[in-house]
Amino acid sequence: MKAFLDSILSGVLLGSLYGLFASGLSLVFGVMRLVNVAHGDFIVLAAFLALAFLHITGIASPFLMLVILIPLMFVLGYLLQRGVLNPALGPDILRPVLITFGLSVIVQNGLQQAFSADSQKLQGGRIETASIPLPDGLAIGTFPLLTLVVAVALIGLLQWILYRTKLGRALRATSDDLSTAGLMGVNTPHLFGIAAGLAMVTVAVAGVFTGIRASFDASAGPAWLIFAFEAVIIGGLGSLWGTLAGGIILGIAQAIGAYLSPAWQMLAGHVVFLIALMFFPRGLFPRRSE
Amino acid sequence: MSTAMTKVVQSSRTSRIAGLVAIVLILALLSAAGWADRGTLSLLMEFFCYLALAEMWNLLAGFAGIVSLGQQAFLGLGGYALFFAALRLGWNPLEAFLLAGVAGAIIAVPSALVVFRLHGAYLAIGTWVLAEVLRLIFSEVPSLGAGSGISLPVKFAKSVHLGGMHRDAVLYLAALALALITILASYLLLRSQRGLALTAIRDNELGARSSGVRIFSVKLMVFAATGLGTGFTGALLYLAKLRISPLAAFDVNWTSYMIFMVVIGGVGTLEGPIVGTLVYFILRQYLADLGSWYLIILGVVAVTVMLRLPMGIWGTVARKYDISLFPTRRRVLFDQDKPTTPGVAASSAETTA
Repeated sequence: MKAFLDSILSGVLLGSLYGLFASGLSLVFGVMRLVNVAHGDFIVLAAFLALAFLHITGIASPFLMLVILIPLMFVLGYLLQRGVLNPALGPDILRPVLITFGLSVIVQNGLQQAFSADSQKLQGGRIETASIPLPDGLAIGTFPLLTLVVAVALIGLLQWILYRTKLGRALRATSDDLSTAGLMGVNTPHLFGIAAGLAMVTVAVAGVFTGIRASFDASAGPAWLIFAFEAVIIGGLGSLWGTLAGGIILGIAQAIGAYLSPAWQMLAGHVVFLIALMFFPRGLFPRRSE
Repeated sequence: MSTAMTKVVQSSRTSRIAGLVAIVLILALLSAAGWADRGTLSLLMEFFCYLALAEMWNLLAGFAGIVSLGQQAFLGLGGYALFFAALRLGWNPLEAFLLAGVAGAIIAVPSALVVFRLHGAYLAIGTWVLAEVLRLIFSEVPSLGAGSGISLPVKFAKSVHLGGMHRDAVLYLAALALALITILASYLLLRSQRGLALTAIRDNELGARSSGVRIFSVKLMVFAATGLGTGFTGALLYLAKLRISPLAAFDVNWTSYMIFMVVIGGVGTLEGPIVGTLVYFILRQYLADLGSWYLIILGVVAVTVMLRLPMGIWGTVARKYDISLFPTRRRVLFDQDKPTTPGVAASSAETTA
């Protein structure tokens, strides 16, 4: 029983990482109905960039790398949206899917070329092995707990931007009705750039946290995209808190699968996703207005 | 209609000439089985397998609006069904091959019931999840080699023969037949009423639904048919490779190549994938040694074409010169284009093939 509870707990914490993966995907879909197929590869890119910056600066803490990584990824997201993705948006859904899929191939192989196919890991220091004791002999890892706290904080921040700021009002207006928002003076191409930049901020954080949690290599992106995607669908489109909940459900499913047999971890996650899709096609926490 | 002097046609002089050229070309290709060397035959076999895959992906994405990133599910399944039938059921190559296609079609139906709940880009990733599920399942089947894969015995490969022809020639002819049947079937489908329904769905799903198109059943039919064809193709490709593993058979790169060929050639035309497959094989011939750079270049080319020439090479040329080798569009000719007497025109204002 203790082992089972332990794995549920670690599933919740792992799931918060998936929530972190998925928040950017959810935000971009909510604002501009775009699914970035290269999302997972950008998380891997962020992790590798953190690794490279650690090497260049000689600083030991990967967390500090976020100071460089967050603005850098924001700018990258903005430029990519303005330069490549905005021209592809339109009634034809084929083009954005295929262009981001092409970006995925480019980023993945570019990383392989630059950093080789070897596994890498970010060294987080003592926090990686530290844990907080709980009653009944259970313990909770400090780093996974920090991941959960950061995921909640980041989604809270995005939620605050969306619902409490002028920028958020413009973003929501654009999401509801693109052409009317444009008529009201919203500069939609710029706004889409900002939304993509914000998504890339979540990607930067996700890259650093996942790089500390486990080893990664250049080809990890598609698997992470799929986790992010499953979290978004389980949670329900257009709801950021739902996305976090979806991530946690996925994490628990994988943990239970792994508890039964190590080979079943991924399969259990996918099966829960397919079941959710069959019985709750709009997700568990769909946005009311849709 | 105000003029009444219009006529709806599908074929043109170019398409009739193209038909004749195609027949000559097909005869030449058939004869290659007799004279080409083994290396050429296996390259040609691969070419026609890829062409069939590209045409099927094009049918899904370019005509039915189903953008799938998970076609490797059916390809891997076809390969594994062949190996299963050969190794565990002791079937002969032809029986094993037939099972592969059937397996693809049978799995496509329940898959469609699940993923068709998603739309657009979400459907794309949903199909990808399906392929991942199959990969994980086949990684856990010890009798099929689990994660490390399994080989076909040489004896089985040698039993592939047809009237004294060598295995490479038989596989080449099978691939050629597969590609031709795929193109012909797509062509006939698109010229039929169902094909019209299909393009209506792609162009405006709501509009098609309100015009009485049974969207779900039409899409399901196309998805199952491409599952069948992709299963056959997977079986052929792995019958040639003689070794299968979950990582290679369910690799998303299979779909990357399909997309590349279709996008470069032109989505939504039957000619486009032929051009795209040619371009792909030419690029591969020169760039495959570059490793990662090869895929980076393919990605850059595909993204650039998608942004600058969204209709692809063929689509752009066809629009510029108004040509169509496999005419599937219905074209309206007005009286100034083709003078006809009013009485005849009025009665012929219907689809004539």
